[in-house]
Amino acid sequence: MTQILDPTDERVPVRRSLTPRPEHLRGVVGLLDISKPRGNVFLDRLETLFRERLPDVEVRRYRKPTFTKPAPEDLRRKIMEECGFVVEALAD
Amino acid sequence: MPLPAFTLDAADGPRAFPTGRPALLCFVKEDCPTSGLSMPLIEEAHRAFGDAVDVLIVGQDAAGNAVLVERHGLTAPVLDDSALHVSYAYDLDTVPTVILTDPAGEERTRFVGFGRDDWWHLMASLAEASGLRAPAVDWDAYPESRPGCGSKSVEPGIAERLEAEASGSPLRARRIEIAAQDDEFEFMFDQGLTDGLPVVPPTPQRVLRMLRGTRRDAQEVVAVVPPNMAPATIEKIAINAVMAGCRPEYLPVVIAAVEAVCTDTFNAHGVMATTMGAAPVLVVNGPVRHRIGMNMGLGVLGQGNRANATIGRALMLVLRNVGGAKPGGTERSTFGAPTKYTMAFAEWEERSPWTPLHVERGFRAEQSVVTAFGMTGGPHQIVDQTSRTARALAGSIAAGLDSAWHPKAHRFGDVLLVVGPEHLDTLTHDGYLTKEHLRSRVQEVTARPFADLISDDESGGGAPAPASPNAEQLARLVPKFEAPERINIVVAGADAGKWSAFFAGWTTGPGGTIPTSRVIEE
Repeated sequence: MTQILDPTDERVPVRRSLTPRPEHLRGVVGLLDISKPRGNVFLDRLETLFRERLPDVEVRRYRKPTFTKPAPEDLRRKIMEECGFVVEALAD
Repeated sequence: MPLPAFTLDAADGPRAFPTGRPALLCFVKEDCPTSGLSMPLIEEAHRAFGDAVDVLIVGQDAAGNAVLVERHGLTAPVLDDSALHVSYAYDLDTVPTVILTDPAGEERTRFVGFGRDDWWHLMASLAEASGLRAPAVDWDAYPESRPGCGSKSVEPGIAERLEAEASGSPLRARRIEIAAQDDEFEFMFDQGLTDGLPVVPPTPQRVLRMLRGTRRDAQEVVAVVPPNMAPATIEKIAINAVMAGCRPEYLPVVIAAVEAVCTDTFNAHGVMATTMGAAPVLVVNGPVRHRIGMNMGLGVLGQGNRANATIGRALMLVLRNVGGAKPGGTERSTFGAPTKYTMAFAEWEERSPWTPLHVERGFRAEQSVVTAFGMTGGPHQIVDQTSRTARALAGSIAAGLDSAWHPKAHRFGDVLLVVGPEHLDTLTHDGYLTKEHLRSRVQEVTARPFADLISDDESGGGAPAPASPNAEQLARLVPKFEAPERINIVVAGADAGKWSAFFAGWTTGPGGTIPTSRVIEE
């Protein structure tokens, strides 16, 4: 990870551009559990709904070691390589 | 090991920790509901055990602390940690954080957020240790637990500042993390931080190295940059200088250039905003030229020299990033100009018997000075390979300058004339011993009867026709420039080539741009 210093007057938050949203869901969808309590309950329900409604879409589950820290580099890379989409569940 | 000692101000004066008695440190912030929920219990603990235990409320913002005292009728001392140095030293993630310590400041118990059982056990243990009666608390009125809020000391921007202050680093700018999967160069394009060419990523290490180029304090505000009127600190200038590709020894020149353009006289707002497309053109004089290796000879107005290329670019990046001058925003130039990427060069003082620019402008020869010109066009080349006398060559130069803006546009603005060495030799060997000789000849040659400068059906540019012209008025000779001083002259370029060149300015005077010089720190 590279860290840079902001060359601007810092009046505007750093914006990160979103990947363009595709029209159709296909391929692999990753469900990322951030390890907050009951996040898995929400993701279990989502997985069931995905399998019912989109049988051609493959669902894979991932889990962060802790919600208090950013996902480890290896996990992010793995998700990026394996998935076309990812749903990250916040919980509580 | 005892917890970090500290002294903070409370309403009745400074309070120090450790206190020599058991202490209950309660870190809170006013806008955190869980802090609010905990306040009555903190106050109860103070009232019940205050004779044996020092209950110290450490509040994270001064105005919020006053609100807490008022809202909860606090009698326990509230300590002002709005600088967040204590919260940082305690490595807090969450408020409330409640810590019970022994008289020496050793931690005994700690909990974060709100836990009914945590508080119950705390009250019980304080009662047992002190022999005092525990307060009567309606525990059923409290929820079992509530998560805490983020400590102000870990908020984005604040955490980095505290870290920098604690480590003695001069850096205060917001830190932006670029993910390992992102290309850092693409990221900076995406963020709109570049002029369209790649920039060097301004990592903290590179910026620290850049700051070694100046003795000035990194947080000194040297200018207020239009159009956003944003303060430019030495640090912000250094960040943009890294991006532009500068070496640390160029930094004082960039700082002086920022100072020069962010003045009422130079009027950077107008220069950047005009549809006419003006840009700063920087001329450097004095010993610094040699020290940092600026080009003043072959290819002086072109590419290839790092100092020339990056000093001008750093200035433009400061105007863009700190000031917010971006094409399509307040920058509305119809065509733009390559000078909007970068334009800085040095006068070849040693090649010329003429007084150098900075000395003409009132500085001493041994001072290093940058002069900023707001220029809309150029460099335009003036071609004369055949004149053998000063008079003939000066006539050619005058004819070239007469084309600036529009041949009928007289008394409009400044020009910056760059006399090439071969032209210089022709001029000086034949009696033009000062720049003033050339200026007077230009004014003489370009003087036209006012009648020739009036807008007409053949050429609509020029002066509006007077309502009732008289013969004397129409015959009056009007030189190209409002005054000879509007012709700014420097010597630069390769020894070979019978050319001179000029940049044409924007409108001059208080409503336009006036060339502005600043001394460069040595």
